[in-house]
Amino acid sequence: MPKDAVPLLHVEHMSMRFGGLVAVDDLSFIASEGEITALIGPNGAGKTTVFNCITGFYKPTSGRMALVGGGAGADEVAAVTQSGRRYVRETNGKSVFLLERMPDFQIAAEAKVARTFQNIRLFAGMTVLENLIVAQHNALMAASGFTIYGLFGVRSYRSAEARAVQLAKYWLDKAGLMNRADDPAGDLPYGAQRRLEIVRAMCTGPRLLCLDEPAAGLNPRESADLNALLRLISREHSTSILLIEHDMSVVMEISDHVIVLEYGIKISDGSPEDVRKDPRVIAAYLGVEDEEIEVAEQVVAELIR
Amino acid sequence: MTSIDHLVTTGRGQTKFVEGKLGTAVREGVKFAALMFCLSIPILLLRIDSDIDHKPFLQLRWTWPLLAAAIGFLVRFGGLALASTGTKISSKINWHIPPSLSRYFATAGLVFLVLYPLLMLALVGRAGSIKWIDNFGIQVMIYVMLGWGLNIVVGLAGLLDLGYVAFYAVGAYSYALLSTVVIPLYVPWLSPWAFWVCLPMAGLLAGVWGILLGLPVLRLRGDYLAIVTLAFGEIIRLVLINWTDVTKGYAGISGIPRPSFFGLPFTAADNGFAARFGLEFTPLHRTIFLFYVILALALLTNWVSMRLRRLPVGRAWEALREDEIACRSLGINTTNTKLTAFAIGASFAGMAGSFFAARQNFISPESFTFNESAVILAAVVLGGMGSQLGVAIAAFAMVGGTEILRELDWLKAIFGNNFDPTQYRMLIFGFGMVALMIWKPRGLIGTREPSLFIAEKKSISGDLVKEGHG
Ligand SMILES: Nc1ncnc2c1ncn2[C@@H]1O[C@H](COP(=O)(O)OP(=O)(O)O)[C@@H](O)[C@H]1O
Ligand SMILES: [Mg+2]
Repeated sequence: MPKDAVPLLHVEHMSMRFGGLVAVDDLSFIASEGEITALIGPNGAGKTTVFNCITGFYKPTSGRMALVGGGAGADEVAAVTQSGRRYVRETNGKSVFLLERMPDFQIAAEAKVARTFQNIRLFAGMTVLENLIVAQHNALMAASGFTIYGLFGVRSYRSAEARAVQLAKYWLDKAGLMNRADDPAGDLPYGAQRRLEIVRAMCTGPRLLCLDEPAAGLNPRESADLNALLRLISREHSTSILLIEHDMSVVMEISDHVIVLEYGIKISDGSPEDVRKDPRVIAAYLGVEDEEIEVAEQVVAELIR
Repeated sequence: MTSIDHLVTTGRGQTKFVEGKLGTAVREGVKFAALMFCLSIPILLLRIDSDIDHKPFLQLRWTWPLLAAAIGFLVRFGGLALASTGTKISSKINWHIPPSLSRYFATAGLVFLVLYPLLMLALVGRAGSIKWIDNFGIQVMIYVMLGWGLNIVVGLAGLLDLGYVAFYAVGAYSYALLSTVVIPLYVPWLSPWAFWVCLPMAGLLAGVWGILLGLPVLRLRGDYLAIVTLAFGEIIRLVLINWTDVTKGYAGISGIPRPSFFGLPFTAADNGFAARFGLEFTPLHRTIFLFYVILALALLTNWVSMRLRRLPVGRAWEALREDEIACRSLGINTTNTKLTAFAIGASFAGMAGSFFAARQNFISPESFTFNESAVILAAVVLGGMGSQLGVAIAAFAMVGGTEILRELDWLKAIFGNNFDPTQYRMLIFGFGMVALMIWKPRGLIGTREPSLFIAEKKSISGDLVKEGHG
């Protein structure tokens, strides 16, 4: 993490228990604005659970997750925590969202955290375009005067809808899906469904985009398309990315900051280079005993190159 | 020469092949017939009748199980024989009605409905047409409207509501109580307009009840939602039965004012509709007027739901049916979205209910049993969830079909005087449903029309469209 990075999401001492199982244990990390932060670890390490907590689908057993903006710092976060409110948006642009207090849809709508799912969740029976329009629901709902203006086809609503279609077209173009716009989403090939899910999330105008294993099951070509799309999102839009990924080459290539989980515990945190050299990471990935770590390190170094 | 030889051999080979299959078909057919025979003995063989002194006596009807066995044989044998000749009975019929065709069909249907009362007058004359316009036309249109209303909840939002009739009852009783008690007591000058004032109020009240029920219930999903809505339907009916001070219980409410022609009553009096327009008085005027009122209400329901489907709220309903979790990840407040579907669906039921009360002039809890919910839901499911035309056709077939069965008196000439075609209603429905579920599991019109498009509007196959899960 470069020194000048501005923190966006503070995860502090987050734990998640399912009955006796501790899926995430006292996890703390920071995701910075404009960066791609990767969350890696073996299967069952608790990565998806972290996502579900951040996006409000699970309530963490303990811990704080603060999404900040406009230069809000520790003082503001502490003040909101004290006040008992879910979030505060001040007129000077400073904002603090305590995600653990907010329901899932509010996290997406107010804190502007969007996500994709490990097993793709598209609106399969709706067209690709409709998927992207549904993603702009809140903006369009307000423009349709909560349906009342819309019912009578008021011009301001029609122009809002036209703008929504423009935004959808922009993302269709970026995802290479323009010629499939009027096809049902369920008919797309797997790689295209992945990209559609990502651009659908982008249509909500997120500050933080959480991607759960976006490259899983993609062929090399689709994987390259995906990397290009992610780079574009990260460079040309002020969207930070939190990424769960298994494919080490993808992680090393595009991420700015890597966090490694094993059995719910953070075992490493740093730049891709640092993490790659971390003996504990190597041990976790190869499942070796501590004394064998050095051997493993060499093996991995060769594998990665 | 060789080619003829070739033909002969293959020809012979094929016959042999078919013979082998036919043998199996006969054997299977006999087995099936025996099974049918055994099964039908306890059901069809014994019949208890009473003689002239009302003493019961047992009758053995051997022809019935034999008939069942014969039918069993024919079905099994026929099916196998057909299969052996290579006739493939497709497991699903994949006709997609092209959107242009269904548009023509819808337009033709609309023209027919607008002309329907006049057509009936011309065909069967004044005396005969009351029955056709009222018992048939109005009855069918009420169910079409209810089907369209429920389609918002079940077809678009994917919420399985088994208690839809409750909102129909709320609407009917709202109008009945407002028009017989509240208006005469407090605002008597409003009486000529009672129906027109109460219609939106009934819709509003039913909508409020939809929200009241929805608030606690819509956290539930799938089967649980279905059960609770079913219970809600029963609770409303039981309240109507037992709260005798207000609802008069089983006795029902009578003397409910009929709708006026925008203030002009349909009476023979001087200020009545007929006198004002210089027509000869006939009760037919009211019947025809009622038909157009329910037609307009049904079309309003259709217009609103088609319109809503193209608005954010309607797209959110459909997205909810497709994947609720994805909806929440996009910032859609799913509770509110479900509530709007529930409330809007309920308010149309409420309006239909107030029309029903006004047309019947009398209502009692008997009109609001679970059976009504089941018929409306069946129309939605059989028609193809989400398809307006399909639901209308299904409602027409189910409700109109019953009425048409009553007309099939000539069948008595064939089956004897005791034959009552309406008794076979449920049997025919059952066969129809089974057939539809085998060949068109997504309903008559299972395709979905996208709500907007960039280049080309393509229908979406029903296989991709989800049914929702509550
Ligand atoms: N809803 C749940 N109920 C019970 N256990 C769960 C639930 N979700 C995840 N887990 C458990 O938490 C652990 C971490 O799972 P997950 O976060 O999916 O891992 P990853 O995404 O890193 O593969 C697993 O042992 C999993 O079985
Ligand atoms: Mg996972």
